[in-house]
Amino acid sequence: MRANRWFSPWIMVAPALIWLLAFSVWPSLNTIRMSFTNAKPLGHNEHWVGLQNFIEIFHDDQVLGALINSGIYMLVCLPLLTILPLLIAVLVEKKLRFISFFRTAFYTPVIASAVVVGLIWTWLLDDRGLVNNVAQALHVIQGPIPFLTDRWLVIFSAISLTVWKGLGYYMIIYLAALGNIGRDLHEAAAMDGAGAVRRFWSVTVPNVRGTMTLIAILVCVSALRVFSELYILTGGHGGPGGQDISLVMLIQQYARGFYGNLGYASALSILLFLITLIPMLVLARINNRAEQS
Amino acid sequence: MTTTTTTDAAAQQPLTRAAKRRRHRTFGEASMTEKVVRYVLLIFVLFITLGPFLWELSTSLKGPDEDIYTTNPQFIPSEPTLANYLHVIQAIPVFGYIGNSLIVAALAVGGNVIFSTLAGFAIARLRWRGRRIVLGLFLATLVLPGEATIISQFVTVRSLGLADSLLGVALPGMIAALNVLLMYNAFRQVPDEIDQAGVMDGATSWQRLWFIALPAVRGTIAVIAIFSFIGAWDDFLWPLIVLTTPEKFTLTIGLQYLSGTFANDQRMIAAGTMIAFIPIAIVFSVLQRFFFKGVEEGGVKG
Repeated sequence: MRANRWFSPWIMVAPALIWLLAFSVWPSLNTIRMSFTNAKPLGHNEHWVGLQNFIEIFHDDQVLGALINSGIYMLVCLPLLTILPLLIAVLVEKKLRFISFFRTAFYTPVIASAVVVGLIWTWLLDDRGLVNNVAQALHVIQGPIPFLTDRWLVIFSAISLTVWKGLGYYMIIYLAALGNIGRDLHEAAAMDGAGAVRRFWSVTVPNVRGTMTLIAILVCVSALRVFSELYILTGGHGGPGGQDISLVMLIQQYARGFYGNLGYASALSILLFLITLIPMLVLARINNRAEQS
Repeated sequence: MTTTTTTDAAAQQPLTRAAKRRRHRTFGEASMTEKVVRYVLLIFVLFITLGPFLWELSTSLKGPDEDIYTTNPQFIPSEPTLANYLHVIQAIPVFGYIGNSLIVAALAVGGNVIFSTLAGFAIARLRWRGRRIVLGLFLATLVLPGEATIISQFVTVRSLGLADSLLGVALPGMIAALNVLLMYNAFRQVPDEIDQAGVMDGATSWQRLWFIALPAVRGTIAVIAIFSFIGAWDDFLWPLIVLTTPEKFTLTIGLQYLSGTFANDQRMIAAGTMIAFIPIAIVFSVLQRFFFKGVEEGGVKG
């Protein structure tokens, strides 16, 4: 039997399409529906509560705290993860001996689970961990720095983890972009007497500007979605007084247990979605402008 | 006046020569100085990226008699021992957790490789009504952060009777829209001429996929397989929401459980993290050639 019928494409696309509808489209619609209810993680006794969940969000100090944390997270990650991976990509671009070893090694933090690296970080930044011990041995500090127990330091510890884990990921994206720059551009610049630094600014940076914008957006969106780093560094509790939380951590907390509230968690999910849209809209705008000019 | 001109001319002469030399250097073999500077920087970054893993490995090998809290930290364990690994195996069912993680990862790799290849091919290379709408649908879901739908995802899995099961953990991630789009992108780059020859010869859609298009996109398939495995093996939030019974934990959840229960035994936690990390590190270092090649072919550029 010939399989070249009109329905062949549909058979090929059917599983992926069914998955898309069942696990992306339907959950999105269902999230909106549930945000107007008080659905519980256990049992099915849910009621329509109107806008109550959204009104509650506006008066919820935890939500405000999570948004402040996310804002800090984004503002610190943005410059670091846009610039440092580019520098590393330039460093590993040249095919030197052992370079594939270095590339693989630099990518290692990306492939490790956030739980694994979170626990490694917890040990490094412990009151009696390596960082504090070395700093004290060198007499840089008198007592241990409370990286994991101070309300604000926890955020910066988690940021350092995110940045460290993200270097290799964005390095690879830059590396692909660097491969597209013609060698003749660099050669021409070198002929004109431009040194390595000059060439970086006048050839490399302008040619990866598009990738840079994309990476900036990706960094912002993933900073807004942070969960595992904060969860592991604070042992799942969100630091002193539960202040070191992100929006996703709040969603997770409301998704579990007897006192959970899937309705409220759904309303928080909608808030998360709307916030992550902001960087994407910025990207769309920049792209439009680039096309016009 | 005259002096300036002479110095200018004098300065220009060596400059062009230096520029020539530099050009020669940069685009042939790197000069000695450049190499040294590059290697120094490479080793510095290497120290930052691998150092934390090595410190954790070192901690996991230290015996109970060795002070791990000293302000005079020693990297090489004085009496290296595997006792901490044994303790972990006795404290939690590590092999069960590894098995659970492998089941979830295998389902993710199989599902994503097979079904995103099929869908990507159909959208990129076949002509059919509705293809643009389907493509648009896949693109549209990219703006959805997974975390925003995780709650109703859980409700869906629960209503399928799969809450607190490994299938429930694996199911939603078995076909990711992003992978369909990556395959679509890869198939689109296959030259039309080769494909048209197949159409002329009367090949069916399935034959065109299997014999003509598939060999050309192996790199992207490798990237998808590697990413799916790593993603499933490392995932934390989703299994944390789905699973409640300790026997069904995946390795990441088990590890978090271990660290909560034995919080004051850093040697044991270190051994646990190494048990979770070493397999994925081996898998990746064996497959890294395919990964980086696939990325260069444009797998990730999108």
